[in-house]
Amino acid sequence: MNCNDRQFLGLDQATKMALSRRTFIKGSAGGIGLAALGSLMGTPGFAANPGLGFPNFKPKAKRIIYLFQSGAPSQMDLFDPKPQLEAMRGKDLPESIRKGQRLTTMTSGQKNFPVAPSIFKFKQHGQSGNWFSELIPHIASKSDEWCVVRGMHTEAINHDPAITFMQTGSQLAGRPSIGAWSAYGLGSENADLPAYVVMTSFGSGRPADQPLYDRLWGAGFLPSKLQGVKLRNKGERVLYLKDPEGIPREVRREQLDELAALNNQRHGVLGDPEIQTRISQYEMAFRMQTSVPDLLDLSKEPQHVLDLYGPDVKRPGSYASNCLLARRLCERDVRFIQLFHMGWDHHGGLPKAIKGQCNDTDQATAGLLTDLKQRGLLDDTLIVWGGEFGRTTYSQGALTETNYGRDHHPRCFTVLMAGAGVNKGTTYGETDDFSYNIVKDGVHVHDLNATILHLMGVEHTRLTYRYQGRDFRLTDIHGEVVKKLLA
Amino acid sequence: MRLSRLSLTAACLLGALSASAEKVQFNRDIRPIFSDTCFACHGPDENKIKGGLRLDSLDAARKGGKSGDPAIVPGKPEVSEVMKRLRTDDPDDHMPPAEFHKVLTKDQIALVERWIKEGAEYQGHWAFQIPAKPAVPKIPAGGNAIDAFLAAPLATKGLTPNGPAPKATLLRRAALDLTGLPPSDADLQAFLADNSPEAWSKALDRLLASPHYGENMAMQWLDFARYADSNGFQSDTQRTMWPYRDWVIKAFNDNQPFDTFTIEQLAGDLLPNPTRDQIVATAFHRNHRLNGEGGRIVEEWFAENVIDRIETTGSTWIGLTMNCCRCHDHKYDPISQKEFYQMFAYFNSNDESGVLGEFGGSGRTRAGGNTPPVLSLPTKEQQQKIDEAAAALATAEQALKAIPADQPEAYASWLTKQRAAVSKFGVAWESLVDEKVSAKENAEFKRLDDGSWLVSGGTAAKETYVVEATPSGSMLTAVRLEALPDDSLPNKSLGRAFNGNFVLSSFEVRLRTADGKTTNIPLLKAEADFDQAGWTIAKLAPAPMAKGKAKKASNDKAGWAIAGNEAKNRVPRKAIFTVSPTPIPAGAKLVLVMRHDSVSAHSIGRFRLNTSSVDAKLLSIKTDPAAETARRLLAKPAEQLTAADRKALAKLFAESPEHPRSVATSKVTAAKAARDAALAAPVTVMVMKELPKPRDAFILLRGEYDKIGPKVERALFRALPPMPAGEPNNRLGFARWLVSGQHPLTARVWVNRAWERFFGIGLVKTSENFGSQAEWPSHPELLDWLAVEFVDRKWDMKAMYKLIMSSAAYRRSAAVTTEMLEKDPDNRLVARGPRFRLPAEVIRDQALWTAGLLVDKQGGPSVKPYMPEAVWDETSVYGDMRNYKADAGEGLWRRSLYTIWKRTAAPPTMLLFDSPGREVCTVKRSRSNTPMQALSLLNEVTFVEAARKLAEQSLRQPGDNDAKLAWTFRKVVRRDATSAELAVLRKGLEKRLATYAADATLAPKLLAQGVSPAATDLDRNQLAAWTATANILLNLDETVTRE
Repeated sequence: MNCNDRQFLGLDQATKMALSRRTFIKGSAGGIGLAALGSLMGTPGFAANPGLGFPNFKPKAKRIIYLFQSGAPSQMDLFDPKPQLEAMRGKDLPESIRKGQRLTTMTSGQKNFPVAPSIFKFKQHGQSGNWFSELIPHIASKSDEWCVVRGMHTEAINHDPAITFMQTGSQLAGRPSIGAWSAYGLGSENADLPAYVVMTSFGSGRPADQPLYDRLWGAGFLPSKLQGVKLRNKGERVLYLKDPEGIPREVRREQLDELAALNNQRHGVLGDPEIQTRISQYEMAFRMQTSVPDLLDLSKEPQHVLDLYGPDVKRPGSYASNCLLARRLCERDVRFIQLFHMGWDHHGGLPKAIKGQCNDTDQATAGLLTDLKQRGLLDDTLIVWGGEFGRTTYSQGALTETNYGRDHHPRCFTVLMAGAGVNKGTTYGETDDFSYNIVKDGVHVHDLNATILHLMGVEHTRLTYRYQGRDFRLTDIHGEVVKKLLA
Repeated sequence: MRLSRLSLTAACLLGALSASAEKVQFNRDIRPIFSDTCFACHGPDENKIKGGLRLDSLDAARKGGKSGDPAIVPGKPEVSEVMKRLRTDDPDDHMPPAEFHKVLTKDQIALVERWIKEGAEYQGHWAFQIPAKPAVPKIPAGGNAIDAFLAAPLATKGLTPNGPAPKATLLRRAALDLTGLPPSDADLQAFLADNSPEAWSKALDRLLASPHYGENMAMQWLDFARYADSNGFQSDTQRTMWPYRDWVIKAFNDNQPFDTFTIEQLAGDLLPNPTRDQIVATAFHRNHRLNGEGGRIVEEWFAENVIDRIETTGSTWIGLTMNCCRCHDHKYDPISQKEFYQMFAYFNSNDESGVLGEFGGSGRTRAGGNTPPVLSLPTKEQQQKIDEAAAALATAEQALKAIPADQPEAYASWLTKQRAAVSKFGVAWESLVDEKVSAKENAEFKRLDDGSWLVSGGTAAKETYVVEATPSGSMLTAVRLEALPDDSLPNKSLGRAFNGNFVLSSFEVRLRTADGKTTNIPLLKAEADFDQAGWTIAKLAPAPMAKGKAKKASNDKAGWAIAGNEAKNRVPRKAIFTVSPTPIPAGAKLVLVMRHDSVSAHSIGRFRLNTSSVDAKLLSIKTDPAAETARRLLAKPAEQLTAADRKALAKLFAESPEHPRSVATSKVTAAKAARDAALAAPVTVMVMKELPKPRDAFILLRGEYDKIGPKVERALFRALPPMPAGEPNNRLGFARWLVSGQHPLTARVWVNRAWERFFGIGLVKTSENFGSQAEWPSHPELLDWLAVEFVDRKWDMKAMYKLIMSSAAYRRSAAVTTEMLEKDPDNRLVARGPRFRLPAEVIRDQALWTAGLLVDKQGGPSVKPYMPEAVWDETSVYGDMRNYKADAGEGLWRRSLYTIWKRTAAPPTMLLFDSPGREVCTVKRSRSNTPMQALSLLNEVTFVEAARKLAEQSLRQPGDNDAKLAWTFRKVVRRDATSAELAVLRKGLEKRLATYAADATLAPKLLAQGVSPAATDLDRNQLAAWTATANILLNLDETVTRE
C-alpha cells in the first residue's frame, strides 16, 4: 500500500494499519476486498491477498490478452470446414437440423434458408493438423499454438445482449465485466498502470459495426474504480492525462506539492485517513503521466518487431497497433488487457467484408504470439480470440456463386485460445455437418469464463460479491472449468 | 474483506451481547447467520430444499428433514440435529458442506447454541413487520429525538461525541446536502451574524426553499428512475424524456408528499381525470431502455421491460431485489416465482409494443424518438396554434360543404378545354425547353440523345440535382421522372450506389417567374410503376387518402427506392408527381429539385424529365384503363357520346382539380397538413397508458420469455400486508398499497436513504436490500421511529430532512480521533460528523459556481457541455447521437443534471466520479478515490476554465495578494484559511508569478482553455499564475468533500 506513514502523526502502529485498510474499505458501497484497491494503485504485495484468498492456487496465467472480435466472425469461413456441404449448395436447410430453433427477425421471415457453403479453401496446418481457412494464413501458421474451441455456444441472439453476456455473464446491463472481476479478485501487479486496460479499433469489413458500450468494461455493482481504463483510439489516449497547455511540468509538480501540503494540514485537523488516500491518488496520477506516454511510445520498437505486426502497426488506434501495445502492457504486468475489434457483422456481402477483417487482424494476431513467445511471455500470458456468437450456415438474402450473407447464430461458434496453460495444438468440440448444432464437447460462455478464471488461479465459484443481498458471480450459478482445454 | 467487515460488525454485536445478559434475538443475531449459510438449501426456495429440511420456521425445523431427527429442539441444543451438524468433524455430515465455501465461526456456532437453549424463538423478518413507534428516550441537551436514540449506544461504547462543527463548515455541509451548491455569500454572512437560537433552523428553511433543492434531490431520483436521453442498446438513439426530469425537480421543490410522489409516478394515468403533470409523472416507468436492434424478438424485450419495471419498483420503494424470482423462488426472502409473475401482471398492460422501431426508431432514418404511448406537451403558444389550425380546418371543411356538386357551366368549360388539350397534344407528356441541370455537391451530368441525363463524377453522401427549364405548355399539372439503366452505372443498374440502387428522398417543384420570384408548387400525389418494399414513393407527396393525422407505418422508409441491387429490377422506371394545376406565365422557369439525403451516396444515375398540361386524371403511371377510357371519351365527337359516356365524363369532372369544389378540397388538405404540423410541433414524453383489458400474465419458466408456464393473476406478496380495502387491483392500487402507511418497507427504506444521504451509511447499511440478507440496523428503534414519524408527518420529505439536520448528530464536527477510529471506524454511532466525497454532479456544479460560470436556469432540453473528442464515436454507427459537438454558449455551464446522457457512452467525468451508466435502476453509488479523478480535476477543460474564471475574480478583489488569496480560499471552501494554509498558497503563488513573468509564452496557452473569453484588462502573466493557484484550490480534498 502506498500510504505514506509519516503522515499518520500521533497514531500508533496498529491504528495506522487499520487506517490504511479502512481508507480503502471506505471507498465502496457494498463492501470491497483489499484486492480491489490494487486495481488502480497496487503493489505486488496485494496480488495475493489474504482477504479474498485469491489466487486459490498457483495461476498458469499471470495476465490475459483477450482479442475480442466484435460483431461475430463466421466460424464456417474461418475454422469449421464443411466441404461436404457443397452438395447442398442453395438447398433449403433441412428442418431436422434447424429443429424450429429461434431465428432473429432479420431472417425469420425468409421463405427459405439456402445452405451457403463457404467459398474459402481450408487446409490443415502444423503438427497439430488444426484446420484454418485461406483467409487467415498467419493465424494458421501458428496452428500448433492454438487450441481451437469449436463447440462454443451462447444464449443470446442479438449483439448487445450477446456481447454483454460474454463480458459479464448476463445479457442485461448492470453486472461487472470479466476484467473488473479479475481486478477485484487479483488486484494489480503494476503500481503505475491500471489492472484492466481496454483498447478498441474500427474494422474495415463493416466499419464501426457493432458499436461498443462502456458497460462492456464497466464495473457493474463492483466499486467503480475497477472499471477498465480505456486507451482511446481517437483524441487523448487516456482521458485528461495531459496537463493543460501553459502548465509546465515543474509547475504541475509545485502544484501537487502545495496540494499535498494543504491536504496534510487539513488531515492534521480532522484526522480523516481518506485525505491520505487522496494524496496518494494524486501521486499515482502524476506517475501515470509518465508511465502511460512511455507505454504508448512505439518509437523505440525495432523494425523487425514492427514487421511482425504488419504495416497497420504504424497507424495509432489500429488493431495491429493495439496488439503491439498489448505486448507492452504485458511486459508491464498489466493483468487484464482487452482489445475489441469491430466490423465482423456480415449479414450481406460476407466474402468481401470478411477479407477486410482478416486483413486487419490476421498478421497482427500471429505477430503478437510470435513476439510474446520470443520474449518468454507466452508461457504466462493467456490469449483468447473470439466474438459473441457464430453465423448461420444458410444465407441471409440471396445466395450466388460468389456472394452470401450470414445471420446471427448462437448455437455454435469458434473461439481460439493460446498461451499460458492452454492445451495447445488441439481442436476441441465438433459441430454437425451444417455447423449448426454442436454434436460433441460444447463449451458454454459460462464454461469459457470459468476456464479463463481458472487459468488465472481463481476458482470461479469463489469469486463472489454481495450485492442486494445476493452473492453474485461472473458465472452466475453455472459454469464448469473445461479440463480438456487445459495443458 | 467483506467477511472481515461483517465479522467486525458481528464482533461489535457479540461483544455487546456477551457482556449483557440480553436474550439472543432471532432477527438480530441468528437470521443473518442462517440466511447467509443455510437458507440457500434450507430456506424459502421450495425447489432447492435439500434433505427435505427447512430452517426458516420453527415448525419446519422441529419436524426436521428426511433423516427424521428434529433439527431444532427448543431449549435442548444437545439433541438438536443442527448443533451436531455444525460441530461434527465428519466431512459427510458437516454443515454447511465444504464445497459451499461458507464457514460459521466458533462465536456464531455458540450463538446458535445459546439461542436454542433460550427456547429457539423465531421472529418474522424484522423489515416485514409493520413498525411500531418506540418511545423516545431522554433527549440530551442541545439535541432532538434523534439524538435521544443515538445517546445510549455511544455511552455503551464509551464514545464522547464531538461538539458542533464551525458555523461556516456547517452551513457549507447543509447547503451541499440540500442544494448541491455551496452557500451564497449572503446566506453565509447572514448565518455567521445570526447568534439567535433559531439561526440554524432559519438557515435550513432558506436552503429548503431554494429552487436548487429540487435539482439536487432529483439527481439521486434520476438514478433510481434510470433516466437518460437515449434509448439504450445497440442503436442508442435519442429520446425526449426531459419533461419527466423537470417534473421530478418541480415535485421536490413543491415538496410533494412522498405518497403522492409515489402514486403519480407509478399510476398517475389511472387517477380519476389525471392532470397533464400526473401523466408526465408516469414517465418513471418508461425510462427503461428500448431495444431497436435489427433482428430483436419483440416478445423477448417486452418481457424484459416489464421485469425491469418490477426490479426498479422493488429496489426504489421497498428495498427488495426481485431478480432472483424471475427464474425460481427467492433463496432468502419469502417471495415465490409465482408471486414475481403476479407482480409482473400489474406492469404488463401498458399500451406498448415493448421495443423500439427497427434500426433505432424511425425506420432507416435511425432518428430515434419517443415510442408510444406518448403525451404531447404543447406550450401555451403551441396550444393556441393547434386550436387555430383546428378552427381553420373546420372552416375549410364548412366551405367545401357549401359548394354545390352540380356545376353545369364549369363542366362545359372544362370539357372544352380538355378536348382541346387532347386534340392538341395527343400525348400527355411534353419536353422541357432549355433544360439545365446542376448538382449541389460534385456530381456531373451529360445529356444523351434520348433527352436523358447521365450522371457521373463524385458520389457525395448526400446529393441534390437541380433542373431548370421552361415548360412547353401554359399549364402545369404533373411532372414525370424516368429513371433509366446505363452500362456505366454500378451493376449496369439505375442508381449510383455501390449496388446500383438509389433512394430519392424528396422531389420539389418550383416556379420562378420572370421577376425572379420563386414559389413552391405543392405535390398532390406521387406514384411510380415500381416501389422497393417499404421504400414507397407515395410518401414524397401528401397522400390524398390519409384521414386525420398522418400515421407513419413502422416499416415506412425515408424515400423512394427501386431495389436496383437486384438484377431483375435493372429496367426503366417511371414516376409521376401530380401538382396543383398551375398556370405558367410567360418567361417563367420551372425549377425541379431532386434530393438524395436519406441513405448515403444513393443518387439516381440516369434520368429524363417531362411535364404535362393535361388534367392529371388523364395521366397514368401504368396503362390505366380508366385514364385510357377518359382520353378516348374526350377524343370522341360530342354527338357520338352515349349516356354512359356522359356519365363517365361527369364523374371525371367531379374529381378534377378544375371543379369549383377542388379548390376548396385542396384548402381542406392544406388545412389538415397545417393542423398536423401544429400537432407535431410540441415536445412529447413517453408515458404509461393502461390497456382497457389487461394482458394475460404467465409464469415464465426459468425466466425465459418463450417458456410460458401457468397463467397468473395480479396479487401481492403473501409475506407483506394485503391491499388496503377498496383499492382497485391494478397499478393504482399497487402504488397506494406501497404508501398506505401500513407497509412495513416503504417508509423504512425512505428514511434509511435519508440517513444515508446525510451520514454516508444508512441505519441499515445495506440500503439497497431490506430482505433477510439485510444487515441488522445499527439503531433499530430509531429507524422505526423515523419511519412512523415520516408517515405521521404525512410523508413530508422536507420536514424529515429538517428533522434529521436539526439533530446534534448532524451538526457534529468531522474531526476523528484514534479512539473513534478504533471503536467505530465507519462512524455508525455518529460520534463525529460524517465526511465524504461529493457526488460527481456536485463536484462539477460547485466548480462552475465558484468560477461564476454556472448558468442559473432550470429545466428544458438537455445540454452539451465539454466532452472529450470522439466521445460518442464507438457507439454511433446506428443512432442519431453521433459526432458530439459541445454547445457554444450557456449549455457549457448548466448544472450537471441537465447534461445530455447517452447510455452507452455516458459523460466520462460523471462516470469517473461514480455515476452509474443509467442503463438500469441504481439505488446506491459507490464512492471511490482514484488517480483518474485526480487527472480529470486537474486537467479537464471545465475545471481549468473554472480556475481561470475564479482567478479573474481573485485579481479583482481589493487588498494585497494575501487578501486576495484569503478571499479565494473562502470562495472555494466557504471558511477562512488558516495562516499556515495561506503561507503555503502565498509561497506557491510567488513562485508562479515569477515563472509566468519569466516566460511570456506560457500564459496565453493556459488562458486559452475553455471558450469563455479571458479578461483583457488583467495582466496575463499574473492571471496565469493565479489560475494555477485556483487550480490547486479546486483540487483540495476539502473542496471535493462535504465535511
